[in-house]
Amino acid sequence: MIYEAGSYDVVVIGAGHAGCEAALASARMGCQTLLATLSMEGIGLMPCNPSIGGPAKAQLVREIDALGGEMGINIDKANLQMRMINTGKGPAVQSLRAQADKHEYHRELMKTILQQEGLHILMAEIEDIQCQDEQVCAVITRTGARFACQAVVVTSGTYLKGRIIVGDLAYEGGPANQFPSVKLADSLRSMGITLGRFKTGTPPRIDRKSVDFSKMSEQPGDPDVPNFSFITPKANREQLSCYLTYSNKKTHQIVMDNLNRSPLYTGVIKGKGPRYCPSFEDKVVRFAHKESHQLFVEPEGRDTDEMYVQGLNTSLPEDVQMAVLRSIPGLENVRIIRTGYAIEYDYVLPSQLKLSLESKKIAGLFTAGQINGTSGYEEAAAQGLIAGINAALKVKNQPPFILKRSEAYIGVLIDDLISKESDEPYRLLTSRAEYRLLLRQDNADLRLTEMGRSLGLVDDYRWQIYQNKKRQLDSLIELLQKTTYTPADKTIAGYLQKKNSAPIKDRVSLWELLRRPEVNLSDYVEMGLIPPQNPDIMEQLEIQSKYEGYINKQREQVIRFEKMENKLIPADIDYDTVSGLSSEALQRLKQFRPESIGQASRISGITPADINVLLIFLKRKEGIR
Amino acid sequence: MSDRIVAISTPPGEGAVGIVRLSGSGVVETVSGFFHPYNKDLPLTLRNNFSLNLGWLLDLEGEKIDEVLVSVMRAPHSYTGEDVVEINCHGGSLAIRRCLKRCLDTGVRLAEPGEFTKRAFLNDRLELSQAEAVIDIIRAKTDRGLKLAVQQLGGRQGQLIADLEEQLLHLNAMLEASLDFPDEVGDLDDAEARRILESCINKIKQLLKAGQRAEVYRDGINMVICGKPNVGKSSLLNALAQKERAIVTDIPGTTRDVIEEYINIRGIPVKIVDTAGIRETEDLVELIGVQKSKEVIENADLVLFMVDFSAGISDEDMDIFAGIPAEKMIVLVNKEDIEDKKISPAELREKFQNMTVIKSSVKMETGLDELEQAVYDLVLGTETMHDGLEIMINLRQKLALQNSLAHMQAALEALGTMPLDCLGVDIWGALERLGELSGKSLKEDIIDRIFHDFCIGK
Repeated sequence: MIYEAGSYDVVVIGAGHAGCEAALASARMGCQTLLATLSMEGIGLMPCNPSIGGPAKAQLVREIDALGGEMGINIDKANLQMRMINTGKGPAVQSLRAQADKHEYHRELMKTILQQEGLHILMAEIEDIQCQDEQVCAVITRTGARFACQAVVVTSGTYLKGRIIVGDLAYEGGPANQFPSVKLADSLRSMGITLGRFKTGTPPRIDRKSVDFSKMSEQPGDPDVPNFSFITPKANREQLSCYLTYSNKKTHQIVMDNLNRSPLYTGVIKGKGPRYCPSFEDKVVRFAHKESHQLFVEPEGRDTDEMYVQGLNTSLPEDVQMAVLRSIPGLENVRIIRTGYAIEYDYVLPSQLKLSLESKKIAGLFTAGQINGTSGYEEAAAQGLIAGINAALKVKNQPPFILKRSEAYIGVLIDDLISKESDEPYRLLTSRAEYRLLLRQDNADLRLTEMGRSLGLVDDYRWQIYQNKKRQLDSLIELLQKTTYTPADKTIAGYLQKKNSAPIKDRVSLWELLRRPEVNLSDYVEMGLIPPQNPDIMEQLEIQSKYEGYINKQREQVIRFEKMENKLIPADIDYDTVSGLSSEALQRLKQFRPESIGQASRISGITPADINVLLIFLKRKEGIR
Repeated sequence: MSDRIVAISTPPGEGAVGIVRLSGSGVVETVSGFFHPYNKDLPLTLRNNFSLNLGWLLDLEGEKIDEVLVSVMRAPHSYTGEDVVEINCHGGSLAIRRCLKRCLDTGVRLAEPGEFTKRAFLNDRLELSQAEAVIDIIRAKTDRGLKLAVQQLGGRQGQLIADLEEQLLHLNAMLEASLDFPDEVGDLDDAEARRILESCINKIKQLLKAGQRAEVYRDGINMVICGKPNVGKSSLLNALAQKERAIVTDIPGTTRDVIEEYINIRGIPVKIVDTAGIRETEDLVELIGVQKSKEVIENADLVLFMVDFSAGISDEDMDIFAGIPAEKMIVLVNKEDIEDKKISPAELREKFQNMTVIKSSVKMETGLDELEQAVYDLVLGTETMHDGLEIMINLRQKLALQNSLAHMQAALEALGTMPLDCLGVDIWGALERLGELSGKSLKEDIIDRIFHDFCIGK
């Protein structure tokens, strides 16, 4: 029996990292929003590794934060440890990484959700999405409640037709012993949406009390690290350590002896898994010459004894998991709390999406997160934010918000997802970003806060902080450029000599001098050349000056890149009438329906000749009009 | 606004006339910068549309490249609908290639295959009904261009390029893996990175050198004859050219200007330049000649330094000798036919250690064969036959290789001094440029390589 239960502007299905960002963004932009979740425990759940950030991912979190999203603020509240990764490898790849307190993370995010004005939470399974004239109009719960709406954001993670596999055991299930979502997949299929199947896995969780840490090396957090969010005030809290141990020949032998019981090798698992997150059995087989693999034992929270064994994703039978663990130094007497498992799930082939994350086929239907074939909490949150923003803009009849590859990692992520076919869950890497020297974690606020403000997501508090920073940066740059010295000046000459730096030959500004690797702003402050500065401001300006040459190189590349991005392809183009395209290009273009010439050029199988043909076709169409 | 493009628009090979065509905003001003019309009062920029202008094309040093006829067609009344300049050079690939290079030196971009036609179409210079034909032409040109490039690079040199790509990809994967998976991969092995970069730089230089050898046959070389007045430079020029062009006298300093002659040595086209004697002089007319000689030596591929047995080796000779780079010099000792030799074999050995020294008599025509062999060896190198690389690279390929090389050298320089993310900019650049050779996008492969080469995953 279906009954009318109410009406919302936007309904978000799923309250994981994508769903929470989508719901918060939509509500903050003034849309009446319903967030439906299978269980309250599922809000901000981290069913896999207990960490946020790292290369490319930290950049994403900072971008989400600059746009007014929640992930950065929440992990600042709920971390066990913070480390800056890749220091010394350059500003573009330097990345913050946090070990998360999973329970605290969930509790804090739930608090924020519950307190958000214009956002209602509902514990229910959405079984059907209703459409009228290829436009979504309502969702229906398992218990028959019908909610009318103008836009739906589906963020079902790995729940869609989820299937858990441990050894020869397989059963329907969602991650972390949650229920799967079964009927929603059929509802999507009936709308004409093509689904694929992926697989991922997670390692066993072990009991802290049963681990001998004296046989492992301790990995403490950094003593003094910044926060993820640009608005979190500085606070030092007590940090917990992670521990490093190694597998050995005996471990690998156990795996090899039991391969015939591994669902990966017996063919039980059909979905494709990610290469960057291989199962332990995969690593042992593929890199047979390696005598050991590193394993990190990481705490999952302050109020739990569960520990995560990073590097030991496995779907081997439980008895084999136990034997493998007990062959490892420090884990001789280990007890398992949760068994490792593989999970297979349905996902939407992302080539069916627009860059706004709206379906090309069904107006008002958005998808974000693992349902789009990505992996990672950060990738999910970023898509959730964009889908939430665009759902709200759709309701308001405004054009979509799209970030370019040259503006943000979020732009790289979504463009890759939509223009490239992937046969494994997609993970963002810094090597996927062509202009990574411009897309740094340290300047995400400078890149995106103004955009967030015009969307209505950046509140006055954040805006104040941003404007303040901007003012300080501008006035310091001006001061550095205006203050010049001649070779005759003794202060500068003496300073350079002390630093083993070549003497100046002409009049130079403090800004020009700062380009030298051995010169830095704190020296300027010490010498009284400039007033004392906030460390963030100094870091920002040192990066801008020291890497100016490389940054400018990338800026020039961006100008060339954007020329092609700005050549748009009309959505109603009939590729069959474009003569001269190769048959492969024709098929690819019809499948992907790129939004710009730039995007078309990134689709595999499209050659420069095809791009020329397209350009000419578009020009001719223009001529006829 | 459209950017400036240039290409040779006549078919390759020897013809009576060759045309270099430029199109885009500002090409009239561009060409005007290195074209000197006979009518000095009428620079190109002031000329009417559809004018023809006779004059000299000058190279970067102000040397004359060729006497050319330049036509100016201003937008929109041109083939492409943009400003177009066509430079009619004398046939023969040397002049036309130097003309093209001169245009590229000003920052004009080499046109893509079919780009003039494409621009003509985009600027509505072609009828709509011609559209289909245009698409076919562009399609064919682009595809064929790529196919040709790939075919050309088959065999041994194709292997060399494949090795290069392979090494660079591996280096890139090493770098990217250490950035994206620091816990699993750790730091970049600097020594290994340096080794790979050096090996790549070596290979690419080998390719360029092989291409250059092909260019030597196609485009020829510049050879300069220099030495004190009256050692027999003009006689040698005449003997080689068998033409009476330079004035030969016994009065030192008669040859006041640089004189050029084209000859053919074992299949290599050689442009011979005879200089006024390089020496300290008060004579203003000659001084101009002397200045010019020094420039000419700098630009030469090969310098023939002459002394003669009758005059002996003076300090003045040794001054001239000191001004010539050793790696492109051949020493020719003239007048070996005279009785009263003022130079002993021991003196020759001592003064010109490790140099190729040829004894000859221009008058009696002895030693000329040895000279030709020495020229051949110096230009093509004695290793020619051993590395087995016989590669014809076109300008586009050469530019791709040179750009890739420049990125590799920048990366090598940055290694150890700049952080790895900056290094990445140049390694990507090197790969991207290398990809232009085979038409592949190598960047696509990097992520696959990371997973192939490294055990990633936690």
